[in-house]
Amino acid sequence: MKSHPSPLARSQDAQMWQPKRNLSKWSEQLVKYIFAAFALISVATTLGIVFTLIFETFEFFREVPIFRFLTETQWTPLFTNAKFGIWVLVSATFMTSVIALFVALPVGLLAAICLSEYASPRVRQWLKPTLEILAGVPTVVYGYFALLFITPILQTFIPGLKTFNGLSAGLVMGIAILPFVASLSEDAIYAVPQSLRQGSYALGTTKRETITGVVLPAALSGIVASFVLAVARAVGETMIVTIAAGSNPTLTFDPRVPVQTMTAFIVQVSLGDTPATSLAFKTIFAVGMMLFLMTFVLNIFSFWFVRRFQEKYE
Amino acid sequence: MMSNMTNPTMISDSHAHTQEPALKMEGVSIYYGSTPAIREVYLDIPPHQITAFIGPSGCGKSTVLRCFNRTNDLIPGAQVKGNVFFHGVNLYSKKIDPVEVRRRIGMVFQKPNPFPKSIYENIAFGARINGYQGNMDQLVENSLRKAAIWDEVKDKLKESGLSLSGGQQQRLCIARAIAIQPEVILMDEPCSALDPISTLRIEELMQELKAQYTIVIVTHNMQQASRVSDKTAFFNAEATEQGGKLGYLVEYNDTVNIFTNPKQEYTRDYVSGRFG
Repeated sequence: MKSHPSPLARSQDAQMWQPKRNLSKWSEQLVKYIFAAFALISVATTLGIVFTLIFETFEFFREVPIFRFLTETQWTPLFTNAKFGIWVLVSATFMTSVIALFVALPVGLLAAICLSEYASPRVRQWLKPTLEILAGVPTVVYGYFALLFITPILQTFIPGLKTFNGLSAGLVMGIAILPFVASLSEDAIYAVPQSLRQGSYALGTTKRETITGVVLPAALSGIVASFVLAVARAVGETMIVTIAAGSNPTLTFDPRVPVQTMTAFIVQVSLGDTPATSLAFKTIFAVGMMLFLMTFVLNIFSFWFVRRFQEKYE
Repeated sequence: MMSNMTNPTMISDSHAHTQEPALKMEGVSIYYGSTPAIREVYLDIPPHQITAFIGPSGCGKSTVLRCFNRTNDLIPGAQVKGNVFFHGVNLYSKKIDPVEVRRRIGMVFQKPNPFPKSIYENIAFGARINGYQGNMDQLVENSLRKAAIWDEVKDKLKESGLSLSGGQQQRLCIARAIAIQPEVILMDEPCSALDPISTLRIEELMQELKAQYTIVIVTHNMQQASRVSDKTAFFNAEATEQGGKLGYLVEYNDTVNIFTNPKQEYTRDYVSGRFG
């Protein structure tokens, strides 16, 4: 096989150098299109989900005015006298998420600081993978852990705590998202250049002063990004709240009683025998849209914040 | 100057007896783990002068410099034997807090490392942490003026220190070191990441600063050492049986003598450019 003669001048032993690239123009192009096709799959999936949500939500609001959706104080779409007060579900999601964040953010951040700054390399080498194993536990396990283990313990000292309640679900959800906060924050803190720490020590600061005064501010954008991810996960978390918080839509911030979160409602309707064309079925898209908007706004905020506060070192 | 500093310290004040060496090394050897890196250094650093450490790469001159403010403590496994005296007080005595040492003996690093904070906060940070009670705005301005960078940054004190050029960043780091009012400033190849014009500015700045501070500078650049320093210490390294390098002090003298009339053959070869 002889390759095309090159217009460039050749040295004397040119026949020694004959790359087999006759098809290279084609294969280079082909590879490009194959990768583009794979990249397109994820974009197309996202667009498909968004369009389905928008379409079904639109259908829902043709039957239920948005005013009722936002002002009613009961959520009973499966009853004959249907009410569609979304805040009932939002309040439950909000309450369980806040409880979860009270566990995950402080513990996660402190664990990250400990891993990055205080732990010896040996300890870090063991502790970090161990923490990440927590993230691999299926959420259904966490759900029953909350229902069958945490709730009975809590009941021994919290009077009036029901079998299904927001408190236990929130606490366990906090443990479930803790590894994400710890791991991502630790990455951000560990990535702060060593030279900054040295510069701080050279000014006569203690280790604690260096961490709080230089390292944490320098890692702020990454830490906040991990927090936002934690919030998004808490809002979208499904199994734990479905199992441990109950399926009783109540407009309340009392963590002791059964509540139903947005995700738990979607599970309830999906598992039931609601006809796919009925109004009740369409409600899950409206609820899903609401969830999507909440996490979308969080992601926009996170994106903006990281762009605004990220420090660029050489 | 801020005379109302309250500074509870165990290290005596320098200005009382300027004839004594500011810093003194007595038989200092440094080990990484069990591997020796520096062999018995004896050295006196005179106050209010610039002392340069020169020598080929890997001879350990930066390691020796870091003994003066105990930043070797921060390197896992590093161990210093022998004594380092600061106005007669042994810096490696058990009673001495390394944080206090570093507050009195400042340091400027090879690569400019401003904090990702505003220019103002870069200066104010160290002073605030060390409990400075005076007028912070005044301290920031004075420090930036002394580091010859005030005119360039006075209108943008709120901007990030990282927005400055490399040379400006290094002068900001010098200002940051000055702000906590140390007596000694250690400079670890402060110009190696800078262009010739920025280098010249830093060298001029060092001449201005030596009236108030004792300066020790590590440099790769022999011309720089001959231009700026009053005394020069030449370090070299010899290969060890384990395949490592063991640094040692070859010759220490007035800069003029080191460059024109060196006593040791190694020094003569090095300053004439025959190796290194």
